[in-house]
Amino acid sequence: MKNFLRKKLDVIRKPFEKGQKWERFAPAINAFDTLLFVPNHTTKKGAHIRDSVDLKRTMITVVLALLPALIYGIYNAGHQYFIQQSIEFTFIDAFLHGLWKVLPMIVVSYGVGLAIEFAFAIYRGHEVNEGYLVTGLLIPMIMPIDIPLWMVAVSVAFAVVIGKEAFGGTGMNIFNPALIARAFAFFAYPTYMSGNEVWVSEAANIDSVSGETILAVLASGGEVSYSIMDMFLGAIPGSIAETSTLFIILGAIILILTGVGSWRIMLSGVLGASLIGFLFNLWGANELMQFNWVNHLIVGGFAFGIVFMATDPVSGAQTNVGKWVYGFLIGVFCILIRVFNPAYPEGVMLAILLMNVFAPTIDHYVVNSNINKRKKRWATA
Amino acid sequence: MNSFHFKKGYNLKIKGSANKVLLPSSSSTYAICPDDFFALTPKLVVKEGDKVKVGQTIFYNKQDERIKFASPVSGSITSILRGEKRKVLKIVITDDGKNTAIDNELPNVSKASVEDIKKSILDSGCWGFIKQRPYGIIASPDDTPKAIYISTYSNSPLNVDFDFILKKNQQEFQKGIDVLSKLTKGKVYLGVEKNFKSSYFRDLDNVEIYEVKGLYPSENLSFHIEKISPINKDSEKVWTINPEDVVNIGHLFTTGKYIAQRTVAVAGPNVKNPSYCTAKIGADVKGIIESISFDCDTSTLRFISGNVYTGNKVCREEGHVNFYHNTLTVIPEGNDYRLLGWLPFVGNKIPSASRLSLAKLLTKKTINTNLNGEERALVVTGEMEKVFPMNIYVMQLIKACLSNDIDKMEELGIYEVVPEDFGIIDFVNTSKIEAQEIIKQGIELMIKEVG
Repeated sequence: MKNFLRKKLDVIRKPFEKGQKWERFAPAINAFDTLLFVPNHTTKKGAHIRDSVDLKRTMITVVLALLPALIYGIYNAGHQYFIQQSIEFTFIDAFLHGLWKVLPMIVVSYGVGLAIEFAFAIYRGHEVNEGYLVTGLLIPMIMPIDIPLWMVAVSVAFAVVIGKEAFGGTGMNIFNPALIARAFAFFAYPTYMSGNEVWVSEAANIDSVSGETILAVLASGGEVSYSIMDMFLGAIPGSIAETSTLFIILGAIILILTGVGSWRIMLSGVLGASLIGFLFNLWGANELMQFNWVNHLIVGGFAFGIVFMATDPVSGAQTNVGKWVYGFLIGVFCILIRVFNPAYPEGVMLAILLMNVFAPTIDHYVVNSNINKRKKRWATA
Repeated sequence: MNSFHFKKGYNLKIKGSANKVLLPSSSSTYAICPDDFFALTPKLVVKEGDKVKVGQTIFYNKQDERIKFASPVSGSITSILRGEKRKVLKIVITDDGKNTAIDNELPNVSKASVEDIKKSILDSGCWGFIKQRPYGIIASPDDTPKAIYISTYSNSPLNVDFDFILKKNQQEFQKGIDVLSKLTKGKVYLGVEKNFKSSYFRDLDNVEIYEVKGLYPSENLSFHIEKISPINKDSEKVWTINPEDVVNIGHLFTTGKYIAQRTVAVAGPNVKNPSYCTAKIGADVKGIIESISFDCDTSTLRFISGNVYTGNKVCREEGHVNFYHNTLTVIPEGNDYRLLGWLPFVGNKIPSASRLSLAKLLTKKTINTNLNGEERALVVTGEMEKVFPMNIYVMQLIKACLSNDIDKMEELGIYEVVPEDFGIIDFVNTSKIEAQEIIKQGIELMIKEVG
């Protein structure tokens, strides 16, 4: 089987080899080839043996960590749709309804994003990087369920071209590309991205929907009708995969155990949000300030953001000390924006994008302390 | 006594360490490759067909003519291999078996001046053994180092046992240390393995012993030097020398002869009788492995002079062991495809320092030279610092080298490291970047621009 596949592939890729007519398109065929087979390349210089880890392995682990939240998100899409109409439904009904809405978004996201990534790889003559495997799944997961597909496509294109390739491609981007897509949709189509109709599937076609997110309800001074258990398990309106703290924690455990996601960022983020949330509870000047600090951690996109977005190694802080500061400030700013800015009931997206900008500065100071230690030693030598 | 425990790093055990038996070498040719000496330009003084004696100069360092490199055997120059732009790659000497040697003048170590001792070492062809930090290049005879470091601690995979190698040369080793202690204004330091009891190393004079234990790459001197007395600016020099070369210098000051002794351990998972081999510097691989047998066809194996992280590939038929190396490592090549081999927790027998594989939990390992992926942009952070037991921001230093930023390289500690320290970084990093190569180019730039 393996040999048969290999032989077939070798035949298919012949026209893409050096000096052949489709040589330019080699990155495209290489991307498929390396997805099927780890190449037979051996070490040419440097260490003669290499670790089994590579970027594909790392990225696919993030995708695996995302799956629990995604599957619940798909179910919750159907769940919200049926309970709003008070229709009897089974788990399968809800899941299938969700799948019918979410799957096209995932297909569009991967289709448009990968097409652009392949085009840039061919144009620049380098291999296709695996980073988009994660970004492409993250983007639909943080969108509202009723966003039109063309809006997903435009957001993806903006995120990949302006958010990533304009900075030089994978490893060079300043902002988390998935959040760029979300921010683009949020600011370009504000009417679609807020209110009480986009968070519930087909809400525009149903009469009298109460599909506002909890944070939006609070921001307008309303009463929250969901229990803490609902908020933790995720049976609430919201972006597709952000609602279930339980399944996000499951993903976080996968990321921490495999060492792929930084536990420092996650922990310090939770600490930062808890601290500021607690202080606001003591102050208690408006509805959002009175909202229990524990509840702040389990509603909205905070949990999803701190586990899957803030831990992006490229746009986040790179030093260990820097990761503590970076995560902590994301937590603090997330709650600050929620509480003080009623125009943006959800603060985590803006908090992470803001800290993406400051991550290099944080690292700069951390690395500089190492440099200063060395310079002090030079001076006394 | 100083004692250091290095907890950062990664230990890999490969089957097939050399047994403590000494086999004779039957090499017939010996070669000196100028590339074994970092950033050196050779000036040849012999041509093909010339007869040479043991210790006779073959070439000298173009930048400093006092630094000479000598023939390890007596015989004739069979070939001088050249590469692009007529760069000298290899000077091959065929052994005539007579071992006729040049007699060098012998100063009395306890009375002679530092200048006389330096001159003896320089003239005999032994100066090449002494390397300096910063940069890891051959030391300049004009310097007085603040300390000299020797380490017998070895924890790379298939490591050699210097206690065993030097057992027969205890007197020469002491003599060599006596000579070296004359050359520094500070101390001569000798690293030994912690809790190693039976060693005669502890009875040596004129030397400060320190103990080391920990994970690879803690065998590298950079990490010991940082603990004992870190290198500051490039004006401050320390010298380093390999244990067996201390013996070579000791022998020179005992008998007046350059002996070019080199004990080479042949080791690897496919070697049936891994053992030590008494050879000379630059011996051919063919002769060293003559009494070694393998459990597979040798064409499927890679021969490496040195260890799996920092060594250089040598040809089984025409290759020669590196000037400085005590090991000839043999591992299988890995030019195979693995179907869906990039999935997490697939291929758990491949050694891995990451938690995306169960390799750390399993003892059985398959070692081969597969890259296990392709080069990608730098994405993952923190993995390099985890295995680098030194207060240096590894990724930032690599990036400074990539962008040729001399100031940043200096500030981030380029003076304190040599390329070999980054062998482990080559191994662990997810993006498969060639860290040793990048640091090497960075240091070459430093030498060119700063000097």
